Parts: sequence; C-alpha cells; structure tokens
Amino acid sequence: MSKASRPVQILNLVTAVLMLAMLYLVFFYAPLEKTMGEVQRIFYVHVPSAWLSFVAFGVTAVCGGLYLWLKRPMLDIVANASVEIGLVFTVMTLASGSIWAYPAWNTWWTWDPRLTTYTIMALIYVAYVMLRQGLDDPQRRARFASVYGIIGFISVPITFMSIRWWRTIHPVVIGGSAESAQGKFAMTDPMVVTLLFANLAFIFLFVSLLISRVRLAQLGERVEQLKARLLAA
Amino acid sequence: MRPSPPANRVSHYLRVVAAIIWKDLASELRSRELLSAMVVFALLVTLIFNFALELDRSARQNVAAGVLWVATLFTGTLGLNRSLAQEKDRGSLDGLLLAPIDRSALYFGKAVGNWLFILIVEVIILPIFTILFNLPLLLPLQLLVVLLGSLGYAAVGTLLASLVIHSRARDVMLPILLFPVTVPLLIAAVRASGGVLAGASWAELSPWFNLLIGYDVIFVAAAFMLFEFVVEE
Repeated sequence: MSKASRPVQILNLVTAVLMLAMLYLVFFYAPLEKTMGEVQRIFYVHVPSAWLSFVAFGVTAVCGGLYLWLKRPMLDIVANASVEIGLVFTVMTLASGSIWAYPAWNTWWTWDPRLTTYTIMALIYVAYVMLRQGLDDPQRRARFASVYGIIGFISVPITFMSIRWWRTIHPVVIGGSAESAQGKFAMTDPMVVTLLFANLAFIFLFVSLLISRVRLAQLGERVEQLKARLLAA
Repeated sequence: MRPSPPANRVSHYLRVVAAIIWKDLASELRSRELLSAMVVFALLVTLIFNFALELDRSARQNVAAGVLWVATLFTGTLGLNRSLAQEKDRGSLDGLLLAPIDRSALYFGKAVGNWLFILIVEVIILPIFTILFNLPLLLPLQLLVVLLGSLGYAAVGTLLASLVIHSRARDVMLPILLFPVTVPLLIAAVRASGGVLAGASWAELSPWFNLLIGYDVIFVAAAFMLFEFVVEE
C-alpha cells in the first residue's frame, strides 16, 4: 500500500516523458507565429488545460450521479479528486490566458463571455470544495457533494450560452470565430501536431494525477482507521 | 396502503403540497418576522445602490433592472436560508420526513412556499420601485419576468438550502453555492426586465424569455430528482 503499484509507476513515468516531449515540441518544433510571436506558444498549454478542466468536472458529475445510484464510497473519492485536479487546470488556464492576453489584447483581463463563464465555473467548484469541508458525516458529505456536482455541471453550459449572446472577443481557433475576435490565427500542420500532442500529454497528466490523488485519499482513510484503532486499544 | 385510482392520487399529492405551503404561510402570517425583514432588506439594498452608483436620470433607466434583480436575489437568500434552517432547528424537519408523504411533495411544498415569499416581497417593492425610479415597472410583461425569474431561483435555492442546513458554516454557505449557478437566470432576467423597460420588441425579448423558461424547466426537474437524495436518511 505504501508504494504505488507497478502499472501506476510506469504510467507516471510515461506521463513525465510525454510532458517533456511536449515542451520540446512547443519550443523547438512548432513554428513561430507571425503576428504574436513567442507568446503564442502558451496556446499549447492553455487549450489542453482548459478542456481537461471541463473533462475533470464532467468526471465529477458522472461519478456523483453514479454515487447516488450505487453508493460506492470509491466513486465519491474519485469525484472529489477530480474536482481538485480540475481546479488546478482551471488556475493554469486562467493564468496562461492572462499572460497571453496582456500582449495580445493589451489587458490582463476582460469581461468577455468565455472568461466570465470560466471564472464562474471555477467559483462553482471552489464552492463545491467549501461545501465538503463544512460537512462532517462522510455519507452525507458524499451525497450532498454529488448533488451539487451535478447541479453545477448542468449550469455551466447554460451560463456559457447566456453570456455568449453578448458579443465575444475571445478567438475561436478551432471551429468558427466571431468577426470581432482579436488574436486569432490560422494553424499550420506542425501547430496542429503540437496541439494534439499537448492534448495527449495532458490527458496522461490528468489520469496520473487522478490516480495519485485517489491513492492519497485511500492512504488518508487508512491513517484515520489506524488512529481510531490505536485510540480504542 | 390501499391502491387508489390515479386521479385520486394526483389530488392527494396536490393536497399534501398545498398543506406544506399553507403551513409555511400560516406560521409567517402569525409572526410576520421574515416578510417584514425581507421587504426592509430589499429597500435597503435599493437605497445603497442609489448612493453607491450615483443614479442620475439617464443611468437610472439603464441600471434599474439590474438593481431590481440584485435586490431580489439578495433578499431571496434571506427567505431561503430561513425556510429550511427553521425546520431543522425546531426539529420539524424530522416530523415532515417521517410523515407518510412523497418526498418530492415536500420539495414542491417548500419550493412553492419560497417562491410565494419572493413574489409577496416583489408585490410590495415593485410599486415602491416604480415611484423611486420613476419607471413603469408594473407592466404585465415585467410581472411575467418576475414570475419566471423568481421561480427558477426558488427551485434551485430550496434544494441548495436543504444542503447547507447541515453544514457547519450554514449562514454563509447558501449564497456561495447559489449565486454561481444562478448566473444565467440573473442575466436573462436583467436583460428581459431591461428590455421591457426600454420598450424592446418581442423579437429582441424572446431569447431572454426562452432562456428563463429553459432554466426554470431544467432546474425544477433536476432539483425535483435530486432532492430525494438530500433528505435520504
């Protein structure tokens, strides 16, 4: 129990190699973007972490729904782990976005629909973590967190739609883009390859972190049990 | 229980819901604590906005809808928090849960009760708003916006209030959980209210009305299904 199992160790190693390879591709393989220059390279971190944060919160909602149905404690542990990792990705997305926005939009922050929606989503999951901290009974905590995880996840697309009906300046690089978008660019093939590779590396990062976080929760529970046994003896 | 014909069961269900609503209304009519507090609070929020925003005549027209809805949402949390916290503190929640009634009837009773409280406050403050802001707020369409907006708010708020009553920091938790998930509702309500005030055409207004109705349908359904898991023990 104290050491990670063999497959997990291998997975962690693969993740580390993929992340390093991704950095190599981002800095040495992907071409320099003409108008924005070096700062555009942050795109390869920004996009994967943004969409993986959605995946992470989706995992939470699905695990929450399954928990309410099957009542397996493991599902709740995974839901919570996924929220925490999702929040890390969210902070990465917001930070990398701001760093990019300052040279590209000439401001760190703008009340653009995507940025606003994304921040509201982050606040929903901060509230999720706070709700959990306020509840002592583990079963009740698991049930309530599941309920809120589902409600929160339903509201995100509606929030996005509602804010989107205002005009947006966030560029949509993949798929269509609004006329008013600033800082959009056409992707060349090496850029697409780099982005796809970055996505793959981030998927591995997410899974590695998730497994480690679940293991940490299990070890924490074991410590609690041992403490209880020690006090009882 | 004896099997009963479906029509009978529906009317029984409605009687249970009505009984719960009546219970809340009757206890409020005797004490009049909550409603008076809500009305005073709503007026205070309005006055504070007036000072904070320097509302001159042109600004007033633009921000009146926003002030109205922010006052409504803030006031609503007072009622929602009280509605379930009171049940728990007096031990009457256990009584309600032990009663041989459908749990969803309990949810609808509480939610409709909360909706009515918000509407009663609106009925009192809308004429005052009309005078203070010198704007025609008492139009049929405006009342429809108020009805739809507060419905969704009461639906989600009742569910989340039933979560936070078990939390350690329950007085502060409700707004933190509730506000981020009600952002789309706020946007749609403010836009619809503002549009009606500005005399916008139906073509301009209808997306916001659709959003309000969509939000209400989705969240009433979700809250109705999830409430059962909240009161499970």
